[in-house]
Amino acid sequence: MAKQYKVVHCTVNGKEIEQVVDVRESLTDMLRNDLHLTSVKKGCEVGECGACTVIINGEGFNSCIYLAVWAEGKEIWTLEGLTGPGGELSDIQQAFVDEGAIQCGFCTPGFIMTSWEIVNSGKEYTDDELRKALSGHLCRCTGYENIFRAVKKTMLRHLGKFEEAELVNSQGITEYPDPMPFK
Amino acid sequence: MYDIKALYEAESVQDAVRLLQEHPEAQILAGGSDVLVQIREGRRAGKEFVSIYMLDELRGVTIDEEENIRIGSLTSFSHITKDPIIQKYINVLGEAVDMVGGPQIRAIGTIGGNTCNGVTSADSASTLMAWDAIMEMTGPNGVRRVPIKDFYIKAKVVNIEPAEIQTAILIPKESYDKCFGHYIKYSMRNALDIATTGCSVNVRLSEDKKSFERVRIGYGVASPIPVRAPSAEAFINGKKITDKNIKKFAETVLEDINPRDSWRAGKALRQHISVVMAERALRECVEMAGGEI
Repeated sequence: MAKQYKVVHCTVNGKEIEQVVDVRESLTDMLRNDLHLTSVKKGCEVGECGACTVIINGEGFNSCIYLAVWAEGKEIWTLEGLTGPGGELSDIQQAFVDEGAIQCGFCTPGFIMTSWEIVNSGKEYTDDELRKALSGHLCRCTGYENIFRAVKKTMLRHLGKFEEAELVNSQGITEYPDPMPFK
Repeated sequence: MYDIKALYEAESVQDAVRLLQEHPEAQILAGGSDVLVQIREGRRAGKEFVSIYMLDELRGVTIDEEENIRIGSLTSFSHITKDPIIQKYINVLGEAVDMVGGPQIRAIGTIGGNTCNGVTSADSASTLMAWDAIMEMTGPNGVRRVPIKDFYIKAKVVNIEPAEIQTAILIPKESYDKCFGHYIKYSMRNALDIATTGCSVNVRLSEDKKSFERVRIGYGVASPIPVRAPSAEAFINGKKITDKNIKKFAETVLEDINPRDSWRAGKALRQHISVVMAERALRECVEMAGGEI
Protein backbone atom coordinates (compact mmCIF):
# COMPACT_ATOMS: atom_id res chain seq x y z
CA MET A 1 0.00 0.00 0.00
CA ALA A 2 1.41 3.39 -1.01
CA LYS A 3 1.79 5.95 1.74
CA GLN A 4 -1.20 8.20 2.07
CA TYR A 5 -0.83 11.91 2.75
CA LYS A 6 -3.40 14.66 3.07
CA VAL A 7 -3.39 18.43 3.48
CA VAL A 8 -5.25 19.55 6.61
CA HIS A 9 -6.54 23.11 7.04
CA CYS A 10 -7.38 24.27 10.55
CA THR A 11 -6.86 27.02 13.11
CA VAL A 12 -4.36 26.30 15.86
CA ASN A 13 -4.03 28.77 18.73
CA GLY A 14 -5.73 31.45 16.63
CA LYS A 15 -3.51 30.97 13.59
CA GLU A 16 -4.73 29.46 10.33
CA ILE A 17 -2.51 26.64 9.21
CA GLU A 18 -2.16 24.25 6.30
CA GLN A 19 -0.32 21.07 7.11
CA VAL A 20 0.54 17.94 5.17
CA VAL A 21 -0.04 14.90 7.37
CA ASP A 22 0.31 11.17 7.02
CA VAL A 23 -3.26 9.83 7.36
CA ARG A 24 -2.05 7.43 10.07
CA GLU A 25 -1.05 10.33 12.35
CA SER A 26 -2.97 11.11 15.51
CA LEU A 27 -3.67 14.75 16.30
CA THR A 28 -1.03 14.45 19.04
CA ASP A 29 1.50 13.46 16.36
CA MET A 30 0.55 16.43 14.19
CA LEU A 31 0.65 18.98 17.01
CA ARG A 32 3.94 17.72 18.48
CA ASN A 33 5.93 16.59 15.46
CA ASP A 34 4.69 18.85 12.68
CA LEU A 35 3.78 22.00 14.62
CA HIS A 36 6.26 21.57 17.52
CA LEU A 37 3.59 22.21 20.16
CA THR A 38 5.19 19.99 22.76
CA SER A 39 2.86 20.96 25.60
CA VAL A 40 0.65 18.21 24.14
CA LYS A 41 2.01 15.21 26.04
CA LYS A 42 2.12 11.61 24.93
CA GLY A 43 1.00 9.68 27.98
CA CYS A 44 -1.05 6.52 27.68
CA GLU A 45 -2.00 7.09 24.01
CA VAL A 46 -5.31 5.28 24.56
CA GLY A 47 -7.48 8.07 25.96
CA GLU A 48 -7.16 7.29 29.65
CA CYS A 49 -4.69 9.74 31.19
CA GLY A 50 -5.74 13.07 29.63
CA ALA A 51 -2.15 14.38 29.21
CA CYS A 52 -2.74 15.06 25.51
CA THR A 53 -5.97 17.04 26.03
CA VAL A 54 -6.56 19.94 23.63
CA ILE A 55 -9.63 22.07 23.04
CA ILE A 56 -11.37 21.42 19.71
CA ASN A 57 -14.27 23.73 18.82
CA GLY A 58 -14.68 24.65 22.48
CA GLU A 59 -14.62 21.13 23.92
CA GLY A 60 -11.79 19.09 25.48
CA PHE A 61 -10.66 16.02 23.52
CA ASN A 62 -7.88 13.47 23.98
CA SER A 63 -5.75 14.26 20.92
CA CYS A 64 -4.12 10.81 21.10
CA ILE A 65 -7.32 9.09 19.97
CA TYR A 66 -8.21 11.65 17.32
CA LEU A 67 -6.98 11.32 13.75
CA ALA A 68 -5.01 14.31 12.45
CA VAL A 69 -7.16 14.34 9.30
CA TRP A 70 -10.24 14.98 11.47
CA ALA A 71 -8.75 18.39 12.37
CA GLU A 72 -9.87 19.69 8.97
CA GLY A 73 -11.84 22.92 9.51
CA LYS A 74 -11.55 22.79 13.30
CA GLU A 75 -10.46 25.43 15.80
CA ILE A 76 -7.83 23.96 18.12
CA TRP A 77 -6.20 25.37 21.25
CA THR A 78 -3.18 24.03 23.10
CA LEU A 79 -1.41 25.34 26.19
CA GLU A 80 0.94 27.43 24.02
CA GLY A 81 -2.07 29.51 22.96
CA LEU A 82 -2.88 30.58 26.52
CA THR A 83 0.21 32.66 27.24
CA GLY A 84 0.49 36.35 26.40
CA PRO A 85 2.69 37.78 23.59
CA GLY A 86 5.69 38.09 25.93
CA GLY A 87 5.17 34.63 27.40
CA GLU A 88 3.10 35.94 30.34
CA LEU A 89 1.13 33.22 32.12
CA SER A 90 -2.65 33.25 31.94
CA ASP A 91 -4.55 33.36 35.23
CA ILE A 92 -5.30 29.63 35.25
CA GLN A 93 -1.62 28.81 34.68
CA GLN A 94 -0.60 31.24 37.44
CA ALA A 95 -3.14 29.62 39.79
CA PHE A 96 -1.53 26.21 39.22
CA VAL A 97 1.82 27.78 40.22
CA ASP A 98 0.39 29.62 43.22
CA GLU A 99 -1.47 26.59 44.59
CA GLY A 100 1.42 24.17 44.10
CA ALA A 101 -0.72 22.18 41.68
CA ILE A 102 2.36 20.95 39.81
CA GLN A 103 5.05 18.47 40.72
CA CYS A 104 6.50 16.59 37.77
CA GLY A 105 4.34 18.63 35.41
CA PHE A 106 3.49 15.92 32.91
CA CYS A 107 -0.27 16.07 33.47
CA THR A 108 -0.30 19.86 33.80
CA PRO A 109 -0.85 21.03 30.19
CA GLY A 110 -3.81 18.67 29.77
CA PHE A 111 -5.28 19.60 33.14
CA ILE A 112 -4.93 23.30 32.33
CA MET A 113 -6.72 22.94 28.99
CA THR A 114 -9.72 21.27 30.66
CA SER A 115 -9.58 23.88 33.43
CA TRP A 116 -9.49 26.66 30.83
CA GLU A 117 -12.68 25.25 29.29
CA ILE A 118 -14.28 25.18 32.76
CA VAL A 119 -13.30 28.70 33.85
CA ASN A 120 -14.34 30.25 30.54
CA SER A 121 -17.73 28.50 30.49
CA GLY A 122 -19.30 31.26 32.60
CA LYS A 123 -20.89 28.54 34.74
CA GLU A 124 -20.44 28.08 38.48
CA TYR A 125 -19.70 24.40 39.01
CA THR A 126 -20.46 22.75 42.34
CA ASP A 127 -17.54 20.90 43.95
CA ASP A 128 -18.94 17.58 42.70
CA GLU A 129 -19.40 18.91 39.18
CA LEU A 130 -15.83 20.24 39.18
CA ARG A 131 -14.45 16.87 40.25
CA LYS A 132 -16.46 15.18 37.51
CA ALA A 133 -15.28 17.71 34.90
CA LEU A 134 -11.65 17.05 35.90
CA SER A 135 -12.04 13.28 36.14
CA GLY A 136 -10.59 12.60 32.69
CA HIS A 137 -7.07 13.40 33.88
CA LEU A 138 -4.66 11.32 35.90
CA CYS A 139 -2.04 12.95 38.15
CA ARG A 140 0.29 10.62 40.04
CA CYS A 141 2.06 13.34 42.09
CA THR A 142 -0.22 15.90 43.70
CA GLY A 143 -3.20 13.93 44.94
CA TYR A 144 -5.47 16.34 43.05
CA GLU A 145 -6.34 18.63 46.00
CA ASN A 146 -4.07 21.46 44.84
CA ILE A 147 -5.29 21.15 41.27
CA PHE A 148 -8.88 21.23 42.40
CA ARG A 149 -8.20 24.35 44.47
CA ALA A 150 -6.45 26.14 41.60
CA VAL A 151 -9.38 25.49 39.27
CA LYS A 152 -12.04 26.38 41.82
CA LYS A 153 -10.40 29.66 42.79
CA THR A 154 -9.87 30.69 39.18
CA MET A 155 -13.45 29.78 38.31
CA LEU A 156 -14.74 31.96 41.18
CA ARG A 157 -12.50 34.88 40.10
CA HIS A 158 -13.79 34.60 36.54
CA LEU A 159 -17.31 34.92 37.95
CA GLY A 160 -16.27 38.10 39.82
CA LYS A 161 -16.40 36.29 43.20
CA PHE A 162 -12.97 37.42 44.43
CA GLU A 163 -13.81 37.34 48.14
CA GLU A 164 -15.24 33.82 47.89
CA ALA A 165 -12.10 32.64 46.09
CA GLU A 166 -10.09 33.65 49.17
CA LEU A 167 -12.37 31.52 51.39
CA VAL A 168 -11.43 28.26 49.64
CA ASN A 169 -9.46 26.28 52.23
CA SER A 170 -6.61 23.84 51.68
CA GLN A 171 -9.06 20.98 51.12
CA GLY A 172 -10.79 23.01 48.40
CA ILE A 173 -13.90 23.63 50.51
CA THR A 174 -15.33 27.15 50.68
CA GLU A 175 -15.36 28.17 54.37
CA TYR A 176 -17.94 30.84 54.90
CA PRO A 177 -17.45 32.91 58.08
CA ASP A 178 -20.40 33.14 60.44
CA PRO A 179 -22.49 35.19 59.90
CA MET A 180 -22.05 35.14 56.14
CA PRO A 181 -21.15 38.66 55.02
CA PHE A 182 -22.15 38.26 51.39
CA LYS A 183 -23.62 35.90 48.76
CA MET B 1 1.13 6.99 14.29
CA TYR B 2 -1.48 4.26 14.00
CA ASP B 3 -0.88 0.94 12.31
CA ILE B 4 -3.46 1.49 9.57
CA LYS B 5 -3.20 -0.17 6.17
CA ALA B 6 -5.40 2.35 4.41
CA LEU B 7 -7.87 5.05 5.44
CA TYR B 8 -10.85 5.90 3.27
CA GLU B 9 -12.64 9.07 4.26
CA ALA B 10 -16.35 9.14 3.50
CA GLU B 11 -17.80 12.45 2.31
CA SER B 12 -21.46 11.46 2.59
CA VAL B 13 -23.54 8.49 3.74
CA GLN B 14 -23.80 7.26 0.14
CA ASP B 15 -20.05 7.65 -0.23
CA ALA B 16 -19.50 5.60 2.93
CA VAL B 17 -21.71 2.80 1.56
CA ARG B 18 -19.82 2.89 -1.74
CA LEU B 19 -16.44 2.77 0.02
CA LEU B 20 -17.58 -0.19 2.11
CA GLN B 21 -18.70 -2.00 -1.06
CA GLU B 22 -15.41 -1.25 -2.79
CA HIS B 23 -13.37 -2.34 0.21
CA PRO B 24 -15.23 -5.25 1.81
CA GLU B 25 -12.40 -5.86 4.28
CA ALA B 26 -12.57 -2.30 5.63
CA GLN B 27 -13.96 -1.60 9.09
CA ILE B 28 -16.07 1.41 10.05
CA LEU B 29 -14.39 4.12 12.12
CA ALA B 30 -16.73 6.59 13.86
CA GLY B 31 -15.45 8.39 16.99
CA GLY B 32 -12.67 5.85 17.45
CA SER B 33 -12.65 5.66 21.25
CA ASP B 34 -12.86 1.87 20.91
CA VAL B 35 -11.50 1.28 17.41
CA LEU B 36 -8.38 3.48 17.63
CA VAL B 37 -7.56 2.00 21.03
CA GLN B 38 -7.91 -1.51 19.59
CA ILE B 39 -5.51 -0.56 16.79
CA ARG B 40 -2.99 0.43 19.47
CA GLU B 41 -3.62 -2.86 21.28
CA GLY B 42 -2.89 -4.71 18.05
CA ARG B 43 -6.35 -6.28 17.82
CA ARG B 44 -7.24 -4.21 14.76
CA ALA B 45 -3.74 -3.31 13.63
CA GLY B 46 -2.86 -3.28 9.93
CA LYS B 47 -6.48 -3.12 8.77
CA GLU B 48 -8.31 -0.86 6.32
CA PHE B 49 -10.79 1.66 7.70
CA VAL B 50 -13.63 3.77 6.35
CA SER B 51 -13.83 6.92 8.47
CA ILE B 52 -17.34 8.35 8.81
CA TYR B 53 -16.40 10.79 11.59
CA MET B 54 -16.58 13.89 9.36
CA LEU B 55 -20.22 13.26 8.30
CA ASP B 56 -21.91 16.12 10.16
CA GLU B 57 -25.24 15.11 8.57
CA LEU B 58 -25.28 12.25 11.10
CA ARG B 59 -25.05 14.60 14.10
CA GLY B 60 -27.77 16.19 16.17
CA VAL B 61 -31.13 15.41 17.77
CA THR B 62 -34.43 16.35 16.09
CA ILE B 63 -38.12 15.48 16.21
CA ASP B 64 -39.08 14.06 12.81
CA GLU B 65 -42.43 14.37 10.98
CA GLU B 66 -43.77 11.21 12.71
CA GLU B 67 -42.88 12.80 16.08
CA ASN B 68 -40.09 10.30 16.69
CA ILE B 69 -37.03 11.58 18.52
CA ARG B 70 -34.29 11.14 15.93
CA ILE B 71 -30.72 10.92 17.24
CA GLY B 72 -28.06 11.02 14.53
CA SER B 73 -25.70 8.11 15.04
CA LEU B 74 -22.59 10.28 15.27
CA THR B 75 -24.02 12.52 18.00
CA SER B 76 -21.47 12.50 20.81
CA PHE B 77 -22.39 11.61 24.39
CA SER B 78 -21.66 15.15 25.58
CA HIS B 79 -23.98 16.63 22.95
CA ILE B 80 -26.77 14.17 23.81
CA THR B 81 -26.57 15.17 27.48
CA LYS B 82 -26.73 18.89 26.59
CA ASP B 83 -29.49 18.56 24.01
CA PRO B 84 -32.80 20.31 24.89
CA ILE B 85 -34.98 17.66 23.17
CA ILE B 86 -33.27 14.87 25.11
CA GLN B 87 -33.58 16.85 28.35
CA LYS B 88 -37.27 17.43 27.79
CA TYR B 89 -38.43 13.98 26.66
CA ILE B 90 -35.83 11.36 27.61
CA ASN B 91 -33.49 12.96 30.12
CA VAL B 92 -32.47 9.53 31.43
CA LEU B 93 -30.57 8.88 28.20
CA GLY B 94 -28.58 12.08 28.69
CA GLU B 95 -27.85 11.05 32.28
CA ALA B 96 -26.85 7.52 31.26
CA VAL B 97 -24.37 8.60 28.58
CA ASP B 98 -22.97 11.19 30.99
CA MET B 99 -21.57 8.22 32.97
CA VAL B 100 -19.45 6.89 30.10
CA GLY B 101 -15.67 7.19 30.59
CA GLY B 102 -14.53 10.72 31.37
CA PRO B 103 -15.37 14.11 29.81
CA GLN B 104 -12.94 13.80 26.89
CA ILE B 105 -14.27 10.33 26.03
CA ARG B 106 -17.82 11.68 26.09
CA ALA B 107 -16.75 14.40 23.65
CA ILE B 108 -15.55 11.87 21.05
CA GLY B 109 -17.68 8.79 21.76
CA THR B 110 -20.79 8.43 19.60
CA ILE B 111 -24.08 6.73 20.41
CA GLY B 112 -23.87 4.85 17.11
CA GLY B 113 -20.50 3.41 18.02
CA ASN B 114 -21.71 2.61 21.53
CA THR B 115 -24.49 0.41 20.13
CA CYS B 116 -22.77 -0.96 16.99
CA ASN B 117 -19.86 -2.47 18.90
CA GLY B 118 -22.46 -4.75 20.46
CA VAL B 119 -21.19 -4.80 24.03
CA THR B 120 -23.62 -5.38 26.86
CA SER B 121 -21.92 -2.88 29.19
CA ALA B 122 -22.59 0.15 26.95
CA ASP B 123 -24.18 2.81 29.15
CA SER B 124 -26.63 3.87 26.43
CA ALA B 125 -27.79 0.33 25.64
CA SER B 126 -29.98 -0.49 28.64
CA THR B 127 -31.86 2.80 28.32
CA LEU B 128 -32.35 2.37 24.57
CA MET B 129 -33.65 -1.18 25.24
CA ALA B 130 -36.00 0.10 27.92
CA TRP B 131 -37.39 2.79 25.57
CA ASP B 132 -37.88 0.43 22.59
CA ALA B 133 -35.49 2.35 20.36
CA ILE B 134 -35.49 1.72 16.61
CA MET B 135 -32.17 1.49 14.81
CA GLU B 136 -31.92 2.92 11.31
CA MET B 137 -29.37 1.46 8.93
CA THR B 138 -28.45 2.75 5.48
CA GLY B 139 -26.85 0.44 2.95
CA PRO B 140 -26.71 -0.50 -0.73
CA ASN B 141 -30.43 -1.38 -0.67
CA GLY B 142 -31.50 1.84 0.99
CA VAL B 143 -32.74 2.51 4.50
CA ARG B 144 -34.12 -0.11 6.87
CA ARG B 145 -35.32 0.09 10.43
CA VAL B 146 -34.94 -2.58 13.07
CA PRO B 147 -36.33 -2.64 16.63
CA ILE B 148 -33.47 -2.69 19.11
CA LYS B 149 -34.48 -6.14 20.42
CA ASP B 150 -33.65 -7.53 16.97
CA PHE B 151 -30.52 -5.38 16.63
CA TYR B 152 -28.46 -7.13 19.28
CA ILE B 153 -27.83 -10.72 18.12
CA LYS B 154 -25.13 -12.00 20.47
CA ALA B 155 -22.11 -10.56 22.27
CA LYS B 156 -20.32 -8.17 19.89
CA VAL B 157 -22.58 -9.12 16.96
CA VAL B 158 -25.31 -6.75 15.79
CA ASN B 159 -27.78 -6.75 12.93
CA ILE B 160 -25.76 -4.79 10.36
CA GLU B 161 -25.40 -6.15 6.84
CA PRO B 162 -22.22 -5.76 4.78
CA ALA B 163 -21.69 -2.18 3.51
CA GLU B 164 -24.37 -0.85 5.86
CA ILE B 165 -23.87 1.86 8.44
CA GLN B 166 -26.15 2.83 11.28
CA THR B 167 -27.45 6.33 10.52
CA ALA B 168 -29.89 7.11 13.34
CA ILE B 169 -31.56 5.89 16.52
CA LEU B 170 -35.26 6.69 16.83
CA ILE B 171 -37.49 6.81 19.89
CA PRO B 172 -41.17 6.64 18.83
CA LYS B 173 -43.66 9.02 20.44
CA GLU B 174 -45.67 6.15 21.88
CA SER B 175 -42.49 5.18 23.68
CA TYR B 176 -41.48 8.51 25.22
CA ASP B 177 -44.86 10.17 25.78
CA LYS B 178 -45.58 10.76 29.50
CA CYS B 179 -42.69 8.51 30.52
CA PHE B 180 -40.15 9.12 33.26
CA GLY B 181 -36.94 7.17 33.48
CA HIS B 182 -33.96 6.61 35.75
CA TYR B 183 -30.62 4.88 35.13
CA ILE B 184 -28.30 3.42 37.75
CA LYS B 185 -24.74 2.44 36.90
CA TYR B 186 -22.94 0.26 39.40
CA SER B 187 -19.18 0.41 38.94
CA MET B 188 -16.04 0.35 41.06
CA ARG B 189 -14.92 3.91 40.22
CA ASN B 190 -16.92 7.08 39.75
CA ALA B 191 -15.22 7.89 36.44
CA LEU B 192 -13.41 6.09 33.64
CA ASP B 193 -14.95 2.75 34.51
CA ILE B 194 -17.16 0.19 32.81
CA ALA B 195 -20.45 -0.77 34.43
CA THR B 196 -20.43 -3.88 36.63
CA THR B 197 -24.14 -3.83 35.89
CA GLY B 198 -26.41 -1.04 34.66
CA CYS B 199 -30.18 -0.77 35.05
CA SER B 200 -32.58 1.59 33.31
CA VAL B 201 -36.24 1.82 34.32
CA ASN B 202 -39.04 4.02 33.02
CA VAL B 203 -42.69 4.32 33.97
CA ARG B 204 -45.93 5.76 32.73
CA LEU B 205 -48.48 6.04 35.55
CA SER B 206 -52.26 5.90 35.27
CA GLU B 207 -54.23 9.19 35.12
CA ASP B 208 -54.87 9.18 38.88
CA LYS B 209 -51.20 8.32 39.51
CA LYS B 210 -52.22 5.42 41.72
CA SER B 211 -51.10 2.54 39.51
CA PHE B 212 -48.51 1.58 36.95
CA GLU B 213 -49.78 1.86 33.38
CA ARG B 214 -46.51 0.66 31.87
CA VAL B 215 -43.11 -0.14 33.35
CA ARG B 216 -40.10 -1.07 31.24
CA ILE B 217 -36.74 -2.20 32.54
CA GLY B 218 -33.50 -2.76 30.64
CA TYR B 219 -30.18 -4.16 31.86
CA GLY B 220 -26.60 -3.98 30.72
CA VAL B 221 -24.17 -6.74 31.83
CA ALA B 222 -27.01 -8.96 33.07
CA SER B 223 -26.73 -11.14 29.95
CA PRO B 224 -24.34 -11.34 26.97
CA ILE B 225 -26.42 -8.61 25.29
CA PRO B 226 -28.56 -5.81 26.77
CA VAL B 227 -31.92 -7.28 27.83
CA ARG B 228 -35.35 -6.44 29.18
CA ALA B 229 -36.99 -8.21 32.11
CA PRO B 230 -40.35 -9.28 30.60
CA SER B 231 -41.62 -11.31 33.59
CA ALA B 232 -41.02 -8.42 35.95
CA GLU B 233 -42.72 -6.01 33.55
CA ALA B 234 -45.70 -8.36 33.12
CA PHE B 235 -46.05 -8.61 36.89
CA ILE B 236 -46.08 -4.87 37.60
CA ASN B 237 -48.09 -3.50 34.67
CA GLY B 238 -51.55 -2.43 35.82
CA LYS B 239 -50.72 -2.98 39.50
CA LYS B 240 -51.21 -0.42 42.26
CA ILE B 241 -48.19 1.58 43.38
CA THR B 242 -47.35 -0.13 46.64
CA ASP B 243 -44.17 -0.96 48.47
CA LYS B 244 -44.96 -4.66 48.19
CA ASN B 245 -45.49 -4.56 44.43
CA ILE B 246 -42.24 -2.67 43.85
CA LYS B 247 -40.31 -5.21 45.91
CA LYS B 248 -41.96 -8.14 44.14
CA PHE B 249 -41.17 -6.52 40.77
CA ALA B 250 -37.50 -6.22 41.72
CA GLU B 251 -37.29 -9.87 42.85
CA THR B 252 -38.97 -11.07 39.67
CA VAL B 253 -36.16 -9.72 37.47
CA LEU B 254 -34.11 -12.76 38.50
CA GLU B 255 -36.41 -14.90 36.35
CA ASP B 256 -35.32 -12.91 33.30
CA ILE B 257 -31.66 -12.05 33.61
CA ASN B 258 -28.64 -14.26 33.30
CA PRO B 259 -25.50 -12.50 34.54
CA ARG B 260 -22.16 -14.27 34.48
CA ASP B 261 -19.06 -14.54 36.60
CA SER B 262 -16.30 -12.38 35.22
CA TRP B 263 -13.15 -10.78 36.56
CA ARG B 264 -15.16 -7.62 37.20
CA ALA B 265 -17.76 -9.24 39.45
CA GLY B 266 -19.32 -12.56 40.34
CA LYS B 267 -22.74 -13.76 39.24
CA ALA B 268 -24.13 -13.63 42.78
CA LEU B 269 -23.10 -9.98 43.21
CA ARG B 270 -24.59 -9.06 39.85
CA GLN B 271 -27.87 -10.80 40.72
CA HIS B 272 -27.99 -9.03 44.05
CA ILE B 273 -27.33 -5.56 42.69
CA SER B 274 -29.72 -6.14 39.80
CA VAL B 275 -32.57 -6.57 42.27
CA VAL B 276 -31.52 -3.60 44.38
CA MET B 277 -31.11 -1.38 41.31
CA ALA B 278 -34.53 -2.37 39.94
CA GLU B 279 -36.21 -1.37 43.19
CA ARG B 280 -34.31 1.90 43.60
CA ALA B 281 -34.72 2.94 39.99
CA LEU B 282 -38.46 2.21 40.01
CA ARG B 283 -38.96 4.20 43.22
CA GLU B 284 -37.09 7.11 41.68
CA CYS B 285 -39.25 6.93 38.54
CA VAL B 286 -42.48 6.93 40.57
CA GLU B 287 -41.33 10.04 42.37
CA MET B 288 -40.38 11.76 39.12
CA ALA B 289 -43.77 10.90 37.63
CA GLY B 290 -45.52 12.49 40.57
CA GLY B 291 -46.77 9.25 42.16
CA GLU B 292 -46.76 8.30 45.83
CA ILE B 293 -45.68 5.02 47.33
